Amino acid sequence: MRLTAKAGLAAGLLLALALVSVQVGVGDFDPAGVLTDPGAQLLLFVSRLPRTAAVLLTGASLAVAGVIMQVIARNRFAEPTTAGTAQGAALGLLAVTLLAPAAPLFMRMGAASVTALATTAVFLVIVRRLPPTQPLLVPLVGIVYGGVLGAGETFVAYQHDLIQYLGTWMNGEFSGVVAGRYELLWLSGAAAIIAYAAADRFTIASLGKDASLGLGLSYGTVVALGLVIVSIITALVVVTVGMIPFVGLVVPNLVSRMMGDNLRRTLPWVAFAGATLVLACDIVGRLARYPYEIPVGTVFGVLGSGLFLWLLLRAPRHAT
Amino acid sequence: MPRRRLALLAALTLLAALAFMLVAPQGNWSFLLGFRGERLAALALVGASVGVATVLFQTVAGNRILTPSIMGFDALYGLFQTGLVFLLGGVGYAALDARLKFLIETAAMVAAAVMLLTLLLGRGRTDLHRMLLVGVILGTFFRSLAGMLQRLMDPNEFAVVQGASFATFSRVRGELLMVAALLALVALWLAWRQRHALDVVALGRSVSIGLGIDHDRLCQLALVVVAVLVSASTALVGPVAFFGLIVASLAHVVMRTPRHAHLLPAAAMIGATILIAGQTVFERALGLQATLSVVIEFAGGLLFLFLLLRGRPA
Amino acid sequence: MIEIDGVSYGYGTTPVLRDVSLSLPKGGVTALIGPNGAGKSTLLSLMGRLLPLQSGRVRFDGLDVARTPSETLALKLAVLRQETVLGTRLTVEDLVAFGRYPHCRGRPGEADRQAVAAAIEQFELGSLAGRFLDELSGGQRQRAFVAMTFAQATDYLLLDEPLNNLDITFARSLMRRLRSLADEHGRTIVVVLHDINYAAAWADRIVALKDGALVVEGEPEAVFRPDVLAAIYGVPIEVTRHQGRLAALYHWE
Repeated sequence: MRLTAKAGLAAGLLLALALVSVQVGVGDFDPAGVLTDPGAQLLLFVSRLPRTAAVLLTGASLAVAGVIMQVIARNRFAEPTTAGTAQGAALGLLAVTLLAPAAPLFMRMGAASVTALATTAVFLVIVRRLPPTQPLLVPLVGIVYGGVLGAGETFVAYQHDLIQYLGTWMNGEFSGVVAGRYELLWLSGAAAIIAYAAADRFTIASLGKDASLGLGLSYGTVVALGLVIVSIITALVVVTVGMIPFVGLVVPNLVSRMMGDNLRRTLPWVAFAGATLVLACDIVGRLARYPYEIPVGTVFGVLGSGLFLWLLLRAPRHAT
Repeated sequence: MPRRRLALLAALTLLAALAFMLVAPQGNWSFLLGFRGERLAALALVGASVGVATVLFQTVAGNRILTPSIMGFDALYGLFQTGLVFLLGGVGYAALDARLKFLIETAAMVAAAVMLLTLLLGRGRTDLHRMLLVGVILGTFFRSLAGMLQRLMDPNEFAVVQGASFATFSRVRGELLMVAALLALVALWLAWRQRHALDVVALGRSVSIGLGIDHDRLCQLALVVVAVLVSASTALVGPVAFFGLIVASLAHVVMRTPRHAHLLPAAAMIGATILIAGQTVFERALGLQATLSVVIEFAGGLLFLFLLLRGRPA
Repeated sequence: MIEIDGVSYGYGTTPVLRDVSLSLPKGGVTALIGPNGAGKSTLLSLMGRLLPLQSGRVRFDGLDVARTPSETLALKLAVLRQETVLGTRLTVEDLVAFGRYPHCRGRPGEADRQAVAAAIEQFELGSLAGRFLDELSGGQRQRAFVAMTFAQATDYLLLDEPLNNLDITFARSLMRRLRSLADEHGRTIVVVLHDINYAAAWADRIVALKDGALVVEGEPEAVFRPDVLAAIYGVPIEVTRHQGRLAALYHWE
């Protein structure tokens, strides 16, 4: 019963935020006119609803990607931006933009996924070599690894005057979302649902290789599946709206603190919390300097790094 | 032997400076000498400041991976810059004398740096990775906060600060050169005076107290020096994340001695040489304008990974 | 002479030392013993001004530790803590030379070089002098650190569990060297020891702490009694003699 009550409360909160999100924008929007006024309908279906859907899908799937990343890296502080995944996706996009500027969207998307997969796999290989007694070494190595990739990309982008593109890929923003320009994100939502279908396997994999083998689970397969899911979600987000750092880090850690790590139970909450938090940040970004917008990546950068610092400084020494 | 290596480094620095001044001259000589001379002085000052600041910081922190910028120092300076624009408004900020602004920002920097680092080093000397991660995230936090403040401003005011967030070695802010140089030289002199005591500080707190050093006071002095040097270099060219790490590592490798009497001048000269020679190559030979900082970032990041993965950095 | 008057110390609200008063004459080896958490290391750190005194007073030959400038104290007493791992890569000779810092402030003269050479000789580090500390075994590193405190040439030497990580051979030879420092060089040595049998074998005086308070002090003969040891450690301890030497047995009921 308590769970249903909680779920109801959560759904109510999300719905309320979504309603606010539909209301907020530069154009005047009269909810009463939806049924009769074609202008209001247009605004709703072309701009407001797509934007709200994009925010929810991005927040939920990035948070899920964070959990999966933490399982396959076996580290609490891993997430797509601290594992070279986002930078890898940008690498693929940069390559396509340079080599085949006319390539259709799905090809750009495919290239981004493949490079994201490759750079993340390299990261996992590095991580396997780190001593398990030093959990904080993993994100540290990941951040610098991402920084090196990013510096390489900046160098190339600078030579070809593509710095601005790089900026939009790495700093998420929803102001450009209209119907027809965000629908790929539904795919990342689907990837998150696949992750939920395999939730038990991921929970077992998080116990380690030996425990997985003991329970008759193919550890390698689960890690590979996780790698694909994380790469696809990240690539999709980078391609459509741009990366939002720290969502995959902060949200799973907060949920884990409150509810533990049984993914079958917690994954929906992770998705919900990610969607809510990102939507709240997006609304703040739209209202703080109305009618200008602050990119959601910047707002979440402050909130996310602040929360992460709090996690780091108050976590007991031996937490992993 | 260290003396000969120092002499060699001095010769290299001189060579780089000559190349910077003389290669591919454009326009008439008197203009060129003045124009290039100012930039040369700035590059040398930044290189030396970052090098010495990093060596000092590593001595105080007791390891070879931490650097001021990895711990979020130059991001903090950027935040103060943005904060000042935010408080005063674009017009008010522009009306204020550049040197006065620099002094205000430096003072805030010194206070914040000493507070922050006393806190971090005090609690974390045993837990290197936590401290590193906190530093890296602090840097992100300061940068995001500055970014947020910038977005909250008028777009016109935004333009005032945006120039300061990228490291550019080709556009040096000359009006600050004199005052930054003055402050940095005082700081460098303070560090030089303590060179012998710093040798002892590197042995750790209890050993240095046992040898009669006022360890905590000296560490604070060193941190003040570091804060001033970082302020000076960031004000002149902007943030340079992994540059200090490269310079300090090279200084240790080249000098192979724990003596600060040798390490400090070596770090200063190596830092100056890399910047001057690098800028000469990139600007004149390769015709690339503002990419030296990116290359330094790339190489420095790889070095950092190497140092971390080589194991047991503490 | 070392005078400790009414020294108490606490971390937060947890008391570590309660009103310890003690007076140790000049010369000889004093062993500080007691169970884990008795406050031995804290007392030693307070004596060596590695921790600031919260209450009470510590004096070496009348020099008040809290009032005397640190550099003056460095000529009077040397402290060696447990950890012997450094962030910097130093050779053994470099490290020992730092023992002369209080005397030369970084500008070594002829006398300093001789003192360093003597310390290296005294601790048989000649063959290791040019090696880096991180290439040495724990025992060799320990010896290098003791040699450094020796080179500091102070009347008083405070050592915190110097036998940690040492095997029997090294532990024995280190105690013998400390003994000879006291006997032949007239140094006063205070050493925290874990193993009470080492204390009985090498010390002139034993000071026992328990729960932050002084339990007993005196010659080994006076402390090595079954009832006294049992009160300190809370387990039955049998005291025996082998060829006139004291030994405590505690592995059997």
